[in-house]
Amino acid sequence: MGCSSVEVVIDKKMTEKEVIEELSDGMTIGIGGWGSRRKPMSLVRAIARSDLKDLTIVSYGGPDIGLLCATGKIRKAIYGFVSLDSIPLEPHFRNAKQEGTIETSELDEGAFYLGLLAAAHRMPFYPTRAGMGSDMLMMNPDIKTIESPYKSSDGEKGEELVAIPALNLDVSLIHMNRADSQGNGQFLGPDLYFDDLFAKAAKCTFMSCEKIIPTEDFLKEGSVHTLKIPRLFVNGVIEAPRGAHFTECPPDYDRDEVFQSEYAASAKDLQSWENFKQKYLEVASHQEYLKAVDSRTQLEESQNG
Amino acid sequence: MANDATIDEVCVTAIADSFRGDGEILCNPIGNIPVIAGRLAKATFEPAMVMTDTVSVLAANTIPIGEPNAEKLVEAWMPYRDLFDIVWSGRRHIVMGASQIDPHGNQNFAAIGDWKKPKAQLLGLRGAPGNLVNNTTSYWIPNHSTRSFVQKVDIVSGPGYDRVSKLSNEIQQNHEIRKVVSNLGVFNFSNSEKRMQLVSNHPDVTVEEIIAATGFELLVPDKIEETRMPTKEELKLIREVIDPHGLRKSEFVKK
Repeated sequence: MGCSSVEVVIDKKMTEKEVIEELSDGMTIGIGGWGSRRKPMSLVRAIARSDLKDLTIVSYGGPDIGLLCATGKIRKAIYGFVSLDSIPLEPHFRNAKQEGTIETSELDEGAFYLGLLAAAHRMPFYPTRAGMGSDMLMMNPDIKTIESPYKSSDGEKGEELVAIPALNLDVSLIHMNRADSQGNGQFLGPDLYFDDLFAKAAKCTFMSCEKIIPTEDFLKEGSVHTLKIPRLFVNGVIEAPRGAHFTECPPDYDRDEVFQSEYAASAKDLQSWENFKQKYLEVASHQEYLKAVDSRTQLEESQNG
Repeated sequence: MANDATIDEVCVTAIADSFRGDGEILCNPIGNIPVIAGRLAKATFEPAMVMTDTVSVLAANTIPIGEPNAEKLVEAWMPYRDLFDIVWSGRRHIVMGASQIDPHGNQNFAAIGDWKKPKAQLLGLRGAPGNLVNNTTSYWIPNHSTRSFVQKVDIVSGPGYDRVSKLSNEIQQNHEIRKVVSNLGVFNFSNSEKRMQLVSNHPDVTVEEIIAATGFELLVPDKIEETRMPTKEELKLIREVIDPHGLRKSEFVKK
């Protein structure tokens, strides 16, 4: 023991229920992942079951925004898109939009990234050309343009640019493949998406994961490049095996397309939604949800002989 | 038709031709027919282009469409964050869809009606606002009608030439709508007014049919060619290598 060994034991393990206790009405909540990919669905479902209301949700949206629209949790959605990937438009979100039940701030996909980046860097805005000429500014009257302080190429005056405001978040929810109990997170799939920025843009981040492992096992799972969520940006760790279901979480599992179709079909009418809600949302815990999902596939298997 | 090429294959080569001369840029088509077209262009006359596997890497080899487990010769990692960097670098030519397009090239796939409470919510703005002011764009519109080719779009996702003419020099230099390919013909904006003009009608489609299916005054030059037929080599690549499952057929809407 040559060096002084100061080992502080930090344990940030929490349950979904404990996360809900940390949230309150009217909060601005960022949700990681992308479309129907690696979404922290066990936490999203816990919010859907809760009494929380008037939330502002900030997301590269998928079934997170859809479910929270369908359960009336959202006052305002801020997004680059809301898609289920294999189903290009989220059907519950479409209903909310066409019925005019939510306020929205729709941003260019890249502009959304700059809003997260500005918040992560504690800057008021980042400039971009994205939005100039399109109806994005008409749809977002709060977003201003600025004149560049540097002369543009024609030598006259500074170029007019869009100032994308920082997407400051009260809380972020992200889902990783692996984490340790101290709050370090590891993604093992093909894309981190913007989860690190969600964590950095928020005052407080809760990270669910497929599996909590000892810190010393991280490099057995993946290269150092997969360790993109350092614990200083994470306040709570929730072990949730299949916690992203029905969205994809490679290499642990693919998207459950059959279940996603069932979910999408539940947007058809009130009765379909009530059935879906009763079966898959009005359950006590993530474990009970997985039982409901599995009993359905077991039923299919027995029917298929 | 001179060979047994079908209309979907004519559309594939028409879109592929829009990449001619692009060189070492990211060829970034969205949707089955545009992806087939991009992979065809890369496999034939534009080998320097780079393309994604539509997920998260740049793949150097010609990948068949609809085969997620196809072997990939990975040449770079391309998560979404890096994709935005390429958009903003300008070294990219994207082919997008359009639910509505107007004579100046303003494109809408966001919503129909009032955006706050639309009659029909569509995809949204997606990346269109950033794409148009940063890199070259072409459009693929498989259902050419007076409902898709309209005098005025309900929402501008991707700005056209009239709007961009009022913006900075930098944006005007970045902005180019190279081509619009529909199931009826090929169009561009290569005239002093920067208005949509007919370039070629597809085989078995008349100019009159195209004019009747267009909800605005289309510029029609004196000389109109017929859209070229795919070559034998191109047909072989489309049918046997790039789209062996015939996904191009399902996307194509018959006139």
